Formats: sequence, C-alpha cells, structure tokens
Amino acid sequence: MKHKVSVTINGRQSEDEVEPRLLLVHYLRDVVGLTGTHIGCDTSQCGACTVLLDGKAVKSCTLFAVQADGHQIKTIEGMAAPDGTLHPIQQAFWDEHGLQCGYCTPGFIMAAAYLLEQNPNPTEDEIRKGLEGNLCRCTGYVNIVKAVQTAARAMAGQAATAVTGG
Amino acid sequence: MAITTMVGARIHRREDPRLVSGHGHYADDFVRPHTAYLAVVRSPHAHARVVSIETDRAASAPGVLAVYTAADFKGVIAGSMPVAPAFVPEKKQVPERFPIAEKEVCFQGEPVAVVVAETRYAAADAAELVQVTYEPLPAVMDLEKAMEAGAPRAHEGAPDNIGWDMTYSADADQAFAEAEVTVHQRILQQRLAPTPMEPRGVMAEWSEADRSMTVWMSSQNPHFIRLFIGGALGIPESHFRVISPDVGGGFGSKISPYPEDYLVPAVSKMLGRPVKWSETRTENLQNATHGRGQIFDVEVAGKRDGTLLGLRITQYLDIGAYVGTFGAFQACACLLPGAYVWKQVASRTVGILTNKVPTDPYRGAGRPEATHLVERMVDLFAREIGMDPAEVRRKNFIREFPHTNPFGLTYDSGNYEGSLNRALELAGYHEFRREQQAARERGRLLGVGLSTWIEICGFGPSAATAPATGGLALTESAQVRVFPTGSVTCYVGTHAHGQGHDTTFAQIVADELGVPYDQVEIRHGDTAEGPAFGYGTYGSRSLAVGGMALVRAARRVRDKARRIAAHMLEAAEEDVVFDQGHFYVKGSPDRRKSIQEVAFQAYGAGLPEGVELGLEAVAYFDPPNFVWPFGAHVCMVEVDRETGDAKILRYVAVDDCGNVINPMIVEGQIHGGVAQGIAQALFEEVVYAEDGTLRTGSMTDYAVPTANEIPAMVLDRTVTPSPTNDLGVKGIGEAGTIAASAAVINAICDALSPLGIRHVDMPASPDRIWKLMQEAKA
Repeated sequence: MKHKVSVTINGRQSEDEVEPRLLLVHYLRDVVGLTGTHIGCDTSQCGACTVLLDGKAVKSCTLFAVQADGHQIKTIEGMAAPDGTLHPIQQAFWDEHGLQCGYCTPGFIMAAAYLLEQNPNPTEDEIRKGLEGNLCRCTGYVNIVKAVQTAARAMAGQAATAVTGG
Repeated sequence: MAITTMVGARIHRREDPRLVSGHGHYADDFVRPHTAYLAVVRSPHAHARVVSIETDRAASAPGVLAVYTAADFKGVIAGSMPVAPAFVPEKKQVPERFPIAEKEVCFQGEPVAVVVAETRYAAADAAELVQVTYEPLPAVMDLEKAMEAGAPRAHEGAPDNIGWDMTYSADADQAFAEAEVTVHQRILQQRLAPTPMEPRGVMAEWSEADRSMTVWMSSQNPHFIRLFIGGALGIPESHFRVISPDVGGGFGSKISPYPEDYLVPAVSKMLGRPVKWSETRTENLQNATHGRGQIFDVEVAGKRDGTLLGLRITQYLDIGAYVGTFGAFQACACLLPGAYVWKQVASRTVGILTNKVPTDPYRGAGRPEATHLVERMVDLFAREIGMDPAEVRRKNFIREFPHTNPFGLTYDSGNYEGSLNRALELAGYHEFRREQQAARERGRLLGVGLSTWIEICGFGPSAATAPATGGLALTESAQVRVFPTGSVTCYVGTHAHGQGHDTTFAQIVADELGVPYDQVEIRHGDTAEGPAFGYGTYGSRSLAVGGMALVRAARRVRDKARRIAAHMLEAAEEDVVFDQGHFYVKGSPDRRKSIQEVAFQAYGAGLPEGVELGLEAVAYFDPPNFVWPFGAHVCMVEVDRETGDAKILRYVAVDDCGNVINPMIVEGQIHGGVAQGIAQALFEEVVYAEDGTLRTGSMTDYAVPTANEIPAMVLDRTVTPSPTNDLGVKGIGEAGTIAASAAVINAICDALSPLGIRHVDMPASPDRIWKLMQEAKA
C-alpha cells in the first residue's frame, strides 16, 4: 500500500505516493532525482547521506520517506544561493582542499552546517567530535577540519557584516 | 621554451565546484529509461557444495523479471576470470573462476544466483526467496594450518592449498656467515578492507539494434574492464563502451574485474533492458578484494658497529579463494631492501589458497608490507646493538644513485639522509629523546618511531610489466586536441578518483602549449573517447607515466604548430622560437603569432607543403624505468599503562616525490595516505570466524577511523627530481600509506621497550597492547 508524502525539499514542495518502507535517501535520489546525497554504508555509520530535517542533521538512510512527511528537508543541492554562489562551507571545502574523491563531501558539508549552526565558533576538538558521525577515506580529515574552521570565520564575517549593515 | 607558470602552483581544484554542490556523476547516479535492478544471491558459507537452487518462488514474486543461475550464463560469458601471468611461472595452482559459482562455493559472498526486478526493493526481496541447498565443507581459514599435510582443501579435489612458491633470490648465507648479530622476528600484516566511501556499482545497457554495450561503473581502469568483459561476452572493443566518470575512491579495490562486471552486462543482453546493480556496504566488505593478509618470517644480519649485512624473508600470503588479477606480492618481494645497502637479501614467497575473498592491491600494494618489514627489522637490530635507530639508518643509507638493488631494480635518484635530517629537526627528535627519558623515570611510556621509506612506482616500463600482465605493458596514452579557436581538450588513459588530475594535468598542458589554464579541458573515464587504450590509475603511476604521455602529445602539437607558424612568419622553422604561447623569429619578438592564430590557420587553407590539416596528436609513453619516491616519517606516541591505548602525540612527514605540479594536491595525498597507514597500525582488521563467516561485515565492525582518531600532521618536502622523465616527477598517491604503519609501530615498540616488549603486531589496539603488557609483567 502506498502512502502520500508531502515534503518541502530545498524550498520546493514535493508530493509523491511511496511505499511506507521507502528510505528517505532513496526517495531523494530515485524519486525526486537529487543524487547529491550519497549512500556509503546502509547502517548509519558513514554519514554520506546526511541531510537537514527541519534544520537538524539526520542520516537519510535511517529515516523512511514517510517520516519526513510535512517536514522541511535541505540537501546539498540546496546549499548554494539561487545564483549559484557557493555556501561559505562549500567554498571553504573548495579553498582548503577538503575533498578528494568527493563522495563523502555532501554529507560532511551538511553535518558541518548543523555543527556551525549549533556552535558558530568551534575549537578543533569540537569540530572533530562534531563530525564523528561522518567518515572520509581520502583526506585524513586534516583539510576537512581546516575547511570547517575557515567556514566558521567566513560565516562569522558575514554575520558581522549583516549586523553592521556594511 | 614556454616559461613555467602553472606547474608548481597551488591551484584550487576545478573538480570541486560540482562535487561540493552535489553534481558529481558516480555510478549509482546514472539511470536509463526502463532500467531493471539486479540483486545477487550469495553464499552464506565459506566453503560448500551447491546441491540445488530453487528459483520458482523468487521468479514469481511481484515485479521480478528473471532469476538466473550459473547454467544460464554458460553460453553467454566465455572463459575464466583473468589472472596475471606473473602468478603462473613456478606456480602450483591457479583455480579457474567463473563469475558465478555452479557446483562449489569457495568464500562467503560468492554469487550463486541473480534476481532482476522492476525496482531495487523488489529485487532485494526476491533474492531472499531463492532457495539454495548447500552441503557445507570444511573451511580453510588459517594460513599455517592450511599448509599442513592432510589439511582440508580450499577447493575440492586440489592436491594442496599452495597457490605458488617462488624464490626471488635464494642466498644470503655469506652475509649471515659474517654476522656478529642476527635478529629474527615474525611480522603479521593483517587483512584490510580498502573501503572506498563509494561502494561498487554497475549499470549496463545493451543495444540490440547497434550490437553495442554501454556500461557505467565505478572503476579505476575502464579500458581494462572493456578488454576483459568485452572479450568474455564476445563484444569487440569498438562496440563496448565503459564510462566511469566520478569514482568515490578506489584504493586498489576497483582495478580488477569482478563477477558483477560480467553478470550485469550479460543480463542486460539476455533481458534486452538496461540493468543496474548497486553494491551494499556489506557486499563491499565481503566481496571487494582485500589487501595485505600476510605473515613474514624475517631474519636480519649485521655487525655491532651498525652495519647491515643480510636479510632473509619468507612471505606467506593469504591469496583467498582465487588468485587476484593484479596481485601485490612482487612489488613487496622486490622492495624489501628498502633504503639500505645490503650484502645479500634472500626472499621467498608462498601463496596460500583459503576460503576467503581474494586479496589484491590495496593502497601501496606490497610496498607498505615491504617497508613495514624492513623498517621494523632495522629498529629491532638497532635495539639489539644498543644504537639509536636514526644512526643505524644513516650508517646504511644508499648514497650513490642510480643504485641497483639485489633484485636488479635501479633506484633513479634519492637523498635519504636529507629527508631524515629534516624530519628529525621538525619533530624535535633529540629534545623528545630527553623528554622521553624524564617521562620514563616518572613511569610514563613515551616512544618515537621512524620510517625512512622508499617506493617503487610509476608502473611501468613495458619490458618489466608486460610479462607480468599477459602482454599488455603498463604504459600510458594521451591525446591533445587544439580546436580552431585555440581551446584544448585532452584525453588521458589514466583515471582520477580523488587525485585531481583534471587540475594538475591541465596545469601541465597550459605550460606546454602556453594557453590559458582555463582553456584546457582534461577528460578521463570514457573508453569511447581518446586513444585506443589507457592503463588506468593505480601504483602511483598517473603523473610519471600518464603525465608524460600528455607532455609528449602536447609537444607533438607544438612542433606541428611551429612548422605552421614558420610558414606564417615566412621564416625557417629552426629560426622560430616558442615562448609562452607565441611563435616568433629569434630576435624579433614583436612580430609574432599566437598558438591560437596558428590553430585557426591549421584548420584553414595555405598550410606549408607536406603539412596535414588539423592540430591534434596522440602519444604513448613507455617509461625507461620505474620512479623511486622516498621520505622520512617520525611518529611520537604515548601508551597508557592502564588501558594499553596508544595516542599519537605528533606526526611528521617529510616526503620527496621529485618535482611537484601542485603542492596542495600532493599534501592532500600525503594526509590521506598517512591516515590509512595509521588506520592499519592502530584500528583496522578484517576478521573472519573459524567457520568462514565475515565478522567485520559492516562499518559498525570494520573500524575505519573518524576525525577523532587521526591526528594533525606536520608536512614538509625535499625535492630530488627524477631523471626518469622530462617532468622530473615521481609519485605520491601511496607514499603516506607505505610510510606510516612502520613509524607508528616503531614508536609503540619504543614506548614499550622499558617493559621488555620487542614487537607489537597490527592493529596495535588497546586490547593487544594491554595483553602484551600483562604478559610482560608475568
């Protein structure tokens, strides 16, 4: 039996009839066609499938699509501005060489977005702890940590600019 | 000559904007209209006879299109899966392997049936309904027991479990006769799972009308896949296209062809629909080739003054159930001498068949094993004679290059002491030794470990590699195409899966042709484009071999452009100079033609006599030698006396890969490589139960480290150009992994030395170290 789900994804409404067991990640990838969210482990260790559900980082391989009914989802495709300007976290991953094969990257960026929302000025240790739900096999995490530090500074700068109206 | 401007620059990767915004193209991202989904039914047993397979229930399940077993593929897939002939001389047995088992399964996870359905979920559901009756057989899991006379066989009816027994160099007797000191040690190299973040995936579409096959997949070398799979399915290369654009990491596990690489295209042909299979992580840990899996018995001979004399090694290698396509034992056997002068080195390798998934290359592929072994032995020897391990290294370093090692391999260039000195200085080695002494007096266990690693890479000269690969030498190809308006597209036979070639190769071509970097496009991963054959990316070969093919093709283009420019300038060709994208007559730089103007002319009228239209070239590069990177890593640890936990306090890596195209990318490769070496030293191990069940079948159990476990690193470089190629480059993709495990374990052994502990095997988990400390107390 199929269930109707209505989800706001990156600001756009999606309505579909889905099997109740359909995983959110398969809904995003196979039904909605947003393939930037990746699957790396099936058991919620690797975090490649991380998206934001009502602003909170969740592993979309561990939720059913029906659980997202009525909620807001943000995926990696929704991070850049409508004109294509990269989000400061995306820009920082680029600037700091925080990715190699790129497969884990969308998940890291979404997890970092939640981390910086919770703690805009994290220490290195807090970044490492905050990202322990995501695995990367290429970078040794060195430049991922740097990217999150750089993003934190950039976002703090943006916030300051917004406050002063400058 | 163009003045170098892009080469050596820290340019941000052009790959990244699409990858950070979710617009990559990995295997599972592709879908074709009317795609069917395939699931594989796998053996739960490590070793069993297949008595019967009942498929009716699965076939009649909702959404199921077909269920196939081995019999269905017999007329479709020809022959046995390929094995590098390197295994064949002196071999004892190479078991035949068909992509799907018929009568006997030889490791847990071996395919026995495939189910094809309208959706992923329907295929997975129906796979559960296939009823296979097995008659379990004894599983061969332990290497030493496997060698005993009368041991159960990994394959029924086999005479024994020995896959090969080869001696590379038999004799070290004279060196040992002169020895004042000998040290023996057994060293384990645990099995590891390469674990790229992207599991494998294959989608195939057969076009009956065109008699052509297109395969989208996650591969490190699409051309080899086309060769092997096309051959087995009887489809010529002209009609078989393999597309592998973005690949989420390979680390050696996406080189060899796998059963699904045959089965998915075969099913597409049988069913007449596009068919897609996406590997689960459990399938990946169970079926993707593993790395390492070796036991070494090693003996070192030397003098009390620190002179190394001889080394004797026997390697026992866990082949798994079938011999891998590109095994890793040779690189190991030949790199054993490391950075040192030896009088003699004796080396023998014994390959043992077991009921586990086959082993094949994993980042470093033989060189991490060799480095770990020789670096551990040098430390054990230093401890035996009471000499600082840095001094023993200095005393025995090779200093004259080129140097021919006892296996006849020629090291191209090096400065081993230079990188060691720099690493010791950056690490504060001598201060640490004082600190360590003071800490020991307070009962704390601090240790420092060195790894003065070397590597053989840039595979490789055709004369050396063709005999090992069945005639296809590991050379490389490239095509450079300059369009009439001067933009450039290059096709390379290498494959990038994180290495950033689209950026670094464009840097090279921009300099060679003097065109803007942004106007150079690099394309890889599609066998329908570019030269006839490419050799893929593994063994840190892409720059030293593929980069050089690109340089050659670019220079051919430049040479032709010069002829056309000379004609345009009404000058003799030898009087025309090329300078940063412009041609002019020597001494008259004001009257010049840009390469863009020349390109436009190359497609128009009025070319010099004998010059064909167009401005493009293909080149193949066969390197005259391997290349030999090196470096020195220093690791400092503290071991917790209560828990056995080894914490890395400081990690310093000074590496030398010759000239550097993009330092940012080189550093990234070292970070990741070191992380994987640390992971082997401290965390990771593939564990099978005695009955052959894989215990580490998910990421809950297989301990890929997180950001919490990998330390910050201090990096530096020395630069010793390679004389082997015009770019002066070596390789860096595997260096970190080759170096790191020895540095970490040497540090731990140093920390534990006050307790009388000589050696710690990997992974040096708290549990293992704690047990050793308890034994030492007792």
